[in-house]
Amino acid sequence: MPVKYLDEFNDPEAAQGILQDISRIVTKPWALMEVCGGQTHTIIRNGIDQLLPEGVELIHGPGCPVCVTPLETIDRALAIAQQPDVIFCSFGDMIRVPGSTTDLFGVKSNGGDVRIVYSPLDAVRIAQDNPDKQVVFFGIGFETTAPANAMTVKMAQQLGLPNFSLLVSHVLVPPAITAIMESPQRRVQGFLAAGHVCTVMGMGEYEPLVDRYGVPIVVTGFEPLDVLEGIRRTLLQLEEGRAELENAYPRAVQSVGNPAAQAVVREVFQTCDRAWRGIGVIPQSGWRLADEFAEYDAEERFSVTGIVTTESEMCRSGEVLQGLIKPNQCEAFGKECTPRNPLGAPMVSSEGACAAYYQFRRAAQPVA
Amino acid sequence: MCLGVPGKVEDIWETDGTRMAAVDFGGVRKEVCLAYVPDVTVGDYTIVHVGFALTKLDEKSALETLDLMRSVGILDEELNPTFDAR
Ligand code: SF4
Repeated sequence: MPVKYLDEFNDPEAAQGILQDISRIVTKPWALMEVCGGQTHTIIRNGIDQLLPEGVELIHGPGCPVCVTPLETIDRALAIAQQPDVIFCSFGDMIRVPGSTTDLFGVKSNGGDVRIVYSPLDAVRIAQDNPDKQVVFFGIGFETTAPANAMTVKMAQQLGLPNFSLLVSHVLVPPAITAIMESPQRRVQGFLAAGHVCTVMGMGEYEPLVDRYGVPIVVTGFEPLDVLEGIRRTLLQLEEGRAELENAYPRAVQSVGNPAAQAVVREVFQTCDRAWRGIGVIPQSGWRLADEFAEYDAEERFSVTGIVTTESEMCRSGEVLQGLIKPNQCEAFGKECTPRNPLGAPMVSSEGACAAYYQFRRAAQPVA
Repeated sequence: MCLGVPGKVEDIWETDGTRMAAVDFGGVRKEVCLAYVPDVTVGDYTIVHVGFALTKLDEKSALETLDLMRSVGILDEELNPTFDAR
């Protein structure tokens, strides 16, 4: 598949303008990280990384919630979904994420009642309609899906639904940025922060990161022109020796975020340490159900024990997710590992870097 | 799943005390929860994440984004997830 260039932009002239500006600004090599997997897909689809001046590198970040959901949680989901009288509801992205021995698709093929829903609200409705079944929703995601997942628990409580529970594995962006900046292998000099995460949470959490690490953080959208503008502003800061928090996505992000959503999320969830698949435990980087809502916690309701996780030996998703290698540097890429037959989660999700490279860069030679 | 999709609020009602709406995403209509956007009214555009409106958006940006999402195939993927999507 040929790599598509400028004419792929909805406004090629505007794109050209920003790119020319970027060429004028840049005098040195720089390494930027786009945190969000949606941005990674835009970058690879539109060849943005290849349109930038020589020496400007985009490092793909860990912002694919499907990819970083811990293997143990996937195995737990599979075990719950296999139980009789359970209807297991999930976002479509999770269905082919490999667990240790199977995936949700496999469970469904073997007769399990696994359902893909567009919204967690659908799962609440399924629970209302099936009072004799246990309905479990797989509540994963970054801060963007948290308000939706949190609301299901409030609704279940209000509707008095004893048969609804949530298997929660939420992850948070700011602690991931901290982990990246504290890593001995750190190379990132500036961040494009995930726009829609900030639509919910606002920008306040990023100010201390800018101060502590002296890195520019630019809140950026996921459309091609948004990503280019985020890159332009980050490079401008770096070249001028500034490190500031900027909002390059004001049409969707207000600095306070969405206070109503934050209030419900803070009520229903509490911060916890979280293991990120392929990366390891990042302190205080997740949300789990708060103790007051423990009765809606699928982990408590279904005591699944004896989970022994085995990760594919070939999969280098940890290195991909930390930006240490590009997907096509993995030996299995496009050979043993394809979207139909994924060895690791980044090959499955529409936000995963390996899937983006498979879709748009298969012909490209591995870069050493 | 992570991407917000812009849509136009066409109808608003209450279910069990929660504000709900019919939102049109460029021809696909879905039920959306408005609990987090108390000031959104019929005719407004809003960014929706997995069935929840999270912020208002101006019409021009909304239509541009919808066009773009449709042209690269992510609109359908986000709104109609199925078992054999890929
Ligand atoms: S290409 Fe496949 S095996 Fe390699 S890192 Fe990506 S998901 Fe893992």
